[in-house]
Amino acid sequence: MELFGIWVAALLTLCIYSFLYQDNPFYRFAEHLYVGISVGYGIVLSIHQGLIPFAFKPFWAAVTGESLIGLVKLIPIGVGLLFFARLSPGHTWLIRYPIAILIGFGSGVAIPNVLRANIFEQTRGTIEPFAAMHAGTLSGWGVFEAVLMVVGVVCTLTYFFFSVEHRGPVKWLSKVGIAFLMIGFGSAFGNTVMGRVALLIQRADFLLGDWLNLIS
Amino acid sequence: MRKTIRCLLVYLVLCIGISTAFSQGLTPPSNVTAMDTPNDDGSSITIKWEAAPERSSISGYQILRRIAGGGLEEIGALLPAGTTTYVDSSIEKGSAYAYVVRAVTETEATVDSEETAPAKGTGELFHTGKIPLFIAMILFSAGIVWNIYYARSGKEIFVRRIPGLEAVDEAIGRATEMGRSILYSLGLGRVEEVPTIASMTILGQVARRTADYETPLHVPCRDPIVTNVVREVVRTSYLDEGRPDAYNEDNIFFLTESQFAYAAGVAGIMTREKPAAIFLQGQFFAESLILAETGNSIGAIQIAGTDSEHQLPFFIASCDYTLIGEELYAASAYLSREPMLLGSLRGQDWGKFLIFVLMILGVVLELAGVNWITTLLQRVS
Repeated sequence: MELFGIWVAALLTLCIYSFLYQDNPFYRFAEHLYVGISVGYGIVLSIHQGLIPFAFKPFWAAVTGESLIGLVKLIPIGVGLLFFARLSPGHTWLIRYPIAILIGFGSGVAIPNVLRANIFEQTRGTIEPFAAMHAGTLSGWGVFEAVLMVVGVVCTLTYFFFSVEHRGPVKWLSKVGIAFLMIGFGSAFGNTVMGRVALLIQRADFLLGDWLNLIS
Repeated sequence: MRKTIRCLLVYLVLCIGISTAFSQGLTPPSNVTAMDTPNDDGSSITIKWEAAPERSSISGYQILRRIAGGGLEEIGALLPAGTTTYVDSSIEKGSAYAYVVRAVTETEATVDSEETAPAKGTGELFHTGKIPLFIAMILFSAGIVWNIYYARSGKEIFVRRIPGLEAVDEAIGRATEMGRSILYSLGLGRVEEVPTIASMTILGQVARRTADYETPLHVPCRDPIVTNVVREVVRTSYLDEGRPDAYNEDNIFFLTESQFAYAAGVAGIMTREKPAAIFLQGQFFAESLILAETGNSIGAIQIAGTDSEHQLPFFIASCDYTLIGEELYAASAYLSREPMLLGSLRGQDWGKFLIFVLMILGVVLELAGVNWITTLLQRVS
């Protein structure tokens, strides 16, 4: 059975890799199989990890009188059912309520966290090394890093001013900012490519080792 | 006889001295208190005690817990010496717990503190520690609201040129001239995520133009809820343009929730449909390069935009135009020129300017030995 699994995995890997040449029936077969299986798996997962434990079980416990707190679940269940309103053309507008709740909730949770983690904490992190510089505990390299960080943040931030025309000093600051961005992206690119090469090696190892037994 | 008595007295004094010295390590933890952890949902109790004297031989502390009517049970691992606080997060809401802190010496001798009064975990509606963040949010929001009113009063708001967005019309026009479709992917984000929301606003503007030009617009979605919202957004755009007849709901469809199955599916659609323009706007992960490279290989004009900094390099390398980070959020205002969005954009610039000033001021003050700004930022975060 294990051998059968290895053969299926190897052949599907080759089917997917055949896309590197061009679109072909083997790729299409693997693509449709992959999409179909993932949808089926996702539906079963949603039923078992979402619908049953979070909606059906508490609701059933409330119906049987085991725990009345489950009745509270009627509210999200009712809101969720509004998604089906789009099946009735005259009531499609009702779908806007669950969408509004979802987007409102998502934004409400995300915005304070983004402000805290991405803005306030990073600003503090940029300033803090200067306290060590004042105390004289920062090495020469540390001073260079701290100054470079402030210059980079200030210039990059300038690039993201949209309601100010980028000319004069603003233009030059934003040009330096975009240079900092590109250096950062280059570094991230190299880092991620290394990760992807590791994935390729892993797959080649599977094909040549587990499947063809050419390498041990 | 006297000598013997003297020896015994010396021995007794020595014994008392030595035992006193050793008993310093076995002093029970003092001032042990157990109280509900503030600013939480009632799922933990905080236990505090005073640190043992520096010369003691205590090597650690073990927390013991008693639920009403039960026996003492050990919870958690041995805490290192010097610890004075422990948060018990394994409680049941509404149950009362009493605690004992056991000091353990290097020789594994133990001494227990007095048992605390029973404490219960209770949830708080307001997290008082986040009040400074709340005030910052209010100030930030006030700036945005003021600018929205400013824009609505009819005053002109300048928005700088964003090259990637100026190419939107060019991309749609090219697809129309070639008689081919446009493919729009919102990535893998859920409906409540900010990049997805931003992407949907851009999609609304793109759909307006495709409605005008009668260019087919395909939107494969990764999330069923996003699919529903996208259908609403596109349908509204077509209605606004007076072209409800041109709207085809089947062109906006759910593909799969699996990341790489989605990538395989979209890549397949790209090679078969050969869209003339591809928009990759939203939240992307490792599939970004698969999508962008496939789009590049079919010769489509590609406009990408994401705030995922690890995927931006791939988009920059493979796409014709890329919206970097916040440009994605500015895009909707840029394309629609709606006063509300323009005002909001200007308000955000105000926020950025404030951060700019705080940073410069903070650096100068820190160099002068004043840490007001750092303290302020620490409180806010």
